[in-house]
Amino acid sequence: MDESRPIFQQIAEQIENDIIAGLLPEETQVPSTNEFAAFHRINPATAGKGVNLLVDTGILYKKRGIGMFVAAGSRERLVAERRERFREQYVQPLLVEAEKLGITADQLTAMIQKGGGR
Amino acid sequence: MTVVAEVQGLTKQFGKVHAVDDVSFTLTENRIYGLLGRNGAGKTTLMSLLTAQEFATRGTIRVFGENPVENAGVLARTAFIKESQRYPEDFRVKHVLSSAPWFFAGWDADFAAALVDDFRLPLDRRIKKLSRGQLSAVGVIVGLASRAPLTFFDEPYLGLDAVARQLFYDRLLTDYAEHPRTIVLSTHLIDEVSNLLEHVLVIDEGRILIDSDADTLRGAATTIAGTASAVDAFTRGREVLHRESIGGLASATVGALDAAGRRDASAAGLELAPVSLQQLIVRTTTSGEDLS
Repeated sequence: MDESRPIFQQIAEQIENDIIAGLLPEETQVPSTNEFAAFHRINPATAGKGVNLLVDTGILYKKRGIGMFVAAGSRERLVAERRERFREQYVQPLLVEAEKLGITADQLTAMIQKGGGR
Repeated sequence: MTVVAEVQGLTKQFGKVHAVDDVSFTLTENRIYGLLGRNGAGKTTLMSLLTAQEFATRGTIRVFGENPVENAGVLARTAFIKESQRYPEDFRVKHVLSSAPWFFAGWDADFAAALVDDFRLPLDRRIKKLSRGQLSAVGVIVGLASRAPLTFFDEPYLGLDAVARQLFYDRLLTDYAEHPRTIVLSTHLIDEVSNLLEHVLVIDEGRILIDSDADTLRGAATTIAGTASAVDAFTRGREVLHRESIGGLASATVGALDAAGRRDASAAGLELAPVSLQQLIVRTTTSGEDLS
């Protein structure tokens, strides 16, 4: 767990990541609040807050008496949201660091094109 | 939310010392609280007052809506495991466990037996022959298996090793999930328990400094570091909890930063670091500043 942010946000993000990665396919049941709490060793109320955050945004929905399920279309929605945040979260810090080190835009582009080749 | 305990204007004096000084707060049903503070801050006195093991100098205490003093109905639903919990010395571990149902209305003997196995506690050994860690394990087992609707653990793990402490946290969480109740954990090991807590009370010199949701406190402070001039320029007009400097470098702990604040700090060449609950409490209780 990252110390700087509320745990319930991190729980919500982790569930989102699992949906994006296809580990939690749409219309499948997600683990219960108590299961999340035991697994991450956190307070069940905190885990519940994280799950409820996703219910509020419509990513998860509740089947009464059964549990929480991944809503249809969730994956697509999450991917679209993440793409919008990508520039701010990843590209901008990359540019700041590159500028600090005197790496030019061309050099940076070359590095990106080389990509995973390392 | 149902209030389990309510304290108003509570003061406890020992001679001239105000161990608890005009304190007011409430504990609500089915939450895990952290009661945090330095040695001598008043944690144990506060818990002793709530469990009627000490008498208040001034102020009112209501536990389950009643005065707890000499109140068997209230005390049967309350457990207080002290740091140096005493048992009759000639008792064996099994005697402690078999007498527990006399004191705790909700005692679960099967759960206690399972915990004895988990902690590998020798049932037939006399209390006075137990190691410090084993004695703490007895307290932990009594506290958990009592399933008291209001349970206090005061530094319950003197001498317990890291494995046993983790076992305690795990059993506490799973049992709490199945049998919700109000639990107050008083501890110095803030980093170890911070994820278990839903609400935090910080006490210093007998007064409550912080009474807040644990998740609100997370990210409630950030440390920024860089050249002293950049740090000073950035902190101007902001609340500073703590400041350190070496030569031309400085670091300061400030209140929560929004996205714009973070960008400004990065643009000014400052490094940002999160502040853990433990660091936040160390900083609040050493400077004596009020974080409201």
